[in-house]
Amino acid sequence: MNDISKIEIRALRKSFGSNEVLKNISLDVAKGGVVALIGPSGSGKSTLLRCINLLVVPDGGSVRVGDTRFSFGDGSKLPDVKTLAKFRATTGMVFQHFNLFPHMTTLQNVMEGPVTVRRMARADAETLARAQLAKVGLAEKADQYPATLSGGQKQRVAIARALAMEPDVMLFDEATSALDPELVGEVLAVMQRLASEGMTMVIVTHEIAFAREVADRLIFMRDGVVVEEGPARQVIDNPQEAATRAFLSHFHRTGALPPANATS
Amino acid sequence: MYHWDFGILWSYRWLFLNGLGVTVGFTVVIVVLGLVFGLFGAFGSLSRFKAVRLVALTFIEAFRCTPILVQLIWFYYALPILAGVEMTPITASALALSLYGGSFYSEIIRGGIVSIDKGQSEAGAALGMTPGQAMRRIVLPQAIKRMIPALMNQSIIQFKNTSLVSVLAVPDLVYQSQVAAHDSYRPLETYTAVAVAYAAILIPLTIIVRRGEKRLAVGE
Repeated sequence: MNDISKIEIRALRKSFGSNEVLKNISLDVAKGGVVALIGPSGSGKSTLLRCINLLVVPDGGSVRVGDTRFSFGDGSKLPDVKTLAKFRATTGMVFQHFNLFPHMTTLQNVMEGPVTVRRMARADAETLARAQLAKVGLAEKADQYPATLSGGQKQRVAIARALAMEPDVMLFDEATSALDPELVGEVLAVMQRLASEGMTMVIVTHEIAFAREVADRLIFMRDGVVVEEGPARQVIDNPQEAATRAFLSHFHRTGALPPANATS
Repeated sequence: MYHWDFGILWSYRWLFLNGLGVTVGFTVVIVVLGLVFGLFGAFGSLSRFKAVRLVALTFIEAFRCTPILVQLIWFYYALPILAGVEMTPITASALALSLYGGSFYSEIIRGGIVSIDKGQSEAGAALGMTPGQAMRRIVLPQAIKRMIPALMNQSIIQFKNTSLVSVLAVPDLVYQSQVAAHDSYRPLETYTAVAVAYAAILIPLTIIVRRGEKRLAVGE
């Protein structure tokens, strides 16, 4: 798995003050693989996700995405802002609270990365952005401001914005947790299609049924450590650890995904 | 009963116009310079480096927490003695007022920047922006909208604070009206006219800014 893995994390450690959030985490994601991170809040799964694109800088260990590797801890120098920015441009991230830019239209939101970061010509960026908006079923919303969109539409714009950077890897940080239940389906449908197109994805989620359906590997974290890891269906249907069983008992694990009613 | 006679002011019209010109010109200079100091103060107080933060905070509090009248006198009379820096009354008062205004602008600008949700700069960073790009493209355009009412407010105060430069004999509107009042023995009419002149300039300005604010509010 190592020679084809897209993401490789080794011995990752992170503390916030005296609170050790990640304790010696290692993780591999194959090219085109979809990994779901589940666990109770405070388990460190969001921090782990944010360490993959270095929005959170680890205290120790190493992170590799594609061909770029960073080491942290004693003796290793922190990467400078330019190096970090260049690295992050190759990974897309989708946030729980969308974090769309409210002062820009939907189209401008999606164009922002290509224009500012990739220095793409405006006309080319617009073509790309319109194509990405069409892909998430929101071509007709191009000239609207985010404030006029529903939560599900906002999150689909956020996905289009990340995809416009043409990333190698997509990271989803509880992308559906802030949505009304009836809007979850349209976002999951976009994510599912992305997975089926071969995008490498790491998904922090509470949608266990979705993880079972879409992820090929599942990682259960608690208190900053990986408790259990394996093929998603196997872990969900037949968890080996007591902690995993206790956590999963709170969820419906199978059944149909929420209906997707707004995607093209 | 006092008998008002505003007609007498007509003979001082050139004096008033001169003074008004100085007041307006002075305000433009101290607002622009003040905003420059304010930008340095704001970004200094948000710096990653402790020494820079300390310098910025010292500047802000030194000018924010002392009276402007004392600063004016201090810049003109004390600096030559203490530091050997000689300044004309105009330079001294422009500098003092700009720094005084700058200390307040600093806090307004800093407040506007930190009021923007951290998720905004994170989203910029996740797209691959440098902190500078995220500041310019994402944070500042949103923060400036929030700063405008407070910046306008402070600039109005700055406009009126220029009246204090008369203590250093800078010939602004208030200084010239003192001359007119002494000459005409009509201080009530003179100062009433001065108040009207200040309001006549400020009120249209506030209306323009309010309209601009509405236009900027798109998308929110």
